[in-house]
Amino acid sequence: MSTARRFFFHRSTLRALISILVFVALWEVGARSKQWFGFAVPWVGNIPAPTAVLHVWIGLLGDPGYWQSWYLSLLRVLAGFLTAMVIGIPLGLLMAVSRNFNDTFFPTFEMLRPIPPLAWVPASIIFWPTQELSITFVTFLGAFFTVVINVLGGAKSIDVRYFQSAQAMGASKWDTFRRIVLPATVPSIVVGSAVGMGITWNVVVAAEMISGGGGQAGGSGGGLGYFIWNSYVGGAYEQIVVGMISIGIAGYICSELLRMLGGYLTPWLRTR
Amino acid sequence: MSAVEKASGTSLSAKIQPGEIVVSDVGKSYGEGQFIKEVVKGCSFTIERGKLTVMIGPSGCGKSTLIRLLAGFEKPTSGSIKINGKPVTGPGKDRLVVFQESALFPWMTTYDNIMYGPRARGEDTKEARSLAEMLLDKVGLRAFRKKYPTQLSGGMQRRAELARAMINNPEVMILDEPFRGLDAMSKELMWEYYSRLYEESGRTNFFITTDIDEAIFLADRLLIMTNVPTQVRSVVEVDIPRPRDIVSLVDDDRANEVKMEALSLLHEEAMKSFAGGSKAAADFIEAYSKRLRTRKE
Repeated sequence: MSTARRFFFHRSTLRALISILVFVALWEVGARSKQWFGFAVPWVGNIPAPTAVLHVWIGLLGDPGYWQSWYLSLLRVLAGFLTAMVIGIPLGLLMAVSRNFNDTFFPTFEMLRPIPPLAWVPASIIFWPTQELSITFVTFLGAFFTVVINVLGGAKSIDVRYFQSAQAMGASKWDTFRRIVLPATVPSIVVGSAVGMGITWNVVVAAEMISGGGGQAGGSGGGLGYFIWNSYVGGAYEQIVVGMISIGIAGYICSELLRMLGGYLTPWLRTR
Repeated sequence: MSAVEKASGTSLSAKIQPGEIVVSDVGKSYGEGQFIKEVVKGCSFTIERGKLTVMIGPSGCGKSTLIRLLAGFEKPTSGSIKINGKPVTGPGKDRLVVFQESALFPWMTTYDNIMYGPRARGEDTKEARSLAEMLLDKVGLRAFRKKYPTQLSGGMQRRAELARAMINNPEVMILDEPFRGLDAMSKELMWEYYSRLYEESGRTNFFITTDIDEAIFLADRLLIMTNVPTQVRSVVEVDIPRPRDIVSLVDDDRANEVKMEALSLLHEEAMKSFAGGSKAAADFIEAYSKRLRTRKE
């Protein structure tokens, strides 16, 4: 109770609330300018007003199709992201630890890395048997390269004195890996996954728009990206904004969860 | 504190076989051809069993290079290094290095850092744990056992690192300017902690420094090094009885005699290349000779 009160009346919370309120108020005035003052403010005058968006949004809250979009996008993000972590972290660590492994895989990796994930969309639609798999694959690529590069960089920049100390105290290679390399790389893994998560949301939305939202194209159940695209095609402009804000909220929740998990995994960094 | 010791039956000197390192005609150079740089040349000395040998030399003279050679992280270009008669071929747990700056693992608490060595060797035994407890008491970090290195002050980090090294019962402990960068107060405190640990353990210690007061307070034997390429210029036996006391050492004639001798040699070496640190030495010699004169008059 008191923690909640402290949070809501904390100076930075108040600032954040004021900032959001002012932004929404200006937007409302701009969007309603034609109705209220008789002339439309350029650009802003043509977009739906926040109150109208809110109205539509409340209506959508009871619509299973809207939640289906959330569910599908989240599913794709999680599937792509988790696969990227599961493959990317060991790959990055292996490249950092083994010279031979690095020499073999790094050139290929570096050649594939600059290709934007969205450039993979057509190829993956051809390659993967289902639309769902191709979207997830592209999402995976979005996080994969970032995760690997961060893990590799983190593991390679470990202070050589840590290895020397461990070695001098009789640590085996496996123990050095488990208790030096791994924990020393965790902060980079956390950073890499936070960045990767952001890219994943960018990619999933774009992929859904391009590929037509997976199996349920035609309905309103093709993920948030498809939800936005469909609203645009159908002329439901308020829904476009609802979709955009939904993605913002979903992305924020994901990042916040990752931050919490990251903080839990790196207690020694919390103490600064 | 003593209850822990009694209950566990462990003590610092329990199962230590102090080692001896013989360095003979060691040379080390880096680079090739015309860019070759000799850092150590024709260097010979013995780190005697059970003694605290302090090496002092002008900064940048190649002391840290010697440490890397002794630790086995690098190989000498010429000559040989033997520990207990066996040539050094790589790092080993018979020698332990405490580095210049803290190399405590940031992701481990004080206790986990101290227990690293035993755990790494699969010796997380009751005995090792009670030794860790005893060392925590000895270095005054019992209350900080669950803190991470970033939560400790510079002096505490150094003490934690001493404990982390000592738990491994190394035959030789090598310390590379371990108290550098600490403020004067913590430094003197660390000298006392460290010399007490040394006196109790009786193991072979090799301590590198650029601080003459530190050297004289700690040393059994003092190796004074030449400038780069480094070799031993002179060996001084510091026959001041232990335990030593910082305050009384200031007025101790034997201590000041050793200090004068060491400083004039260091001064010469420093002047050879205008290396940093020579001014402090010159100032001391000047001030000290003034004091001698006024005493005589």
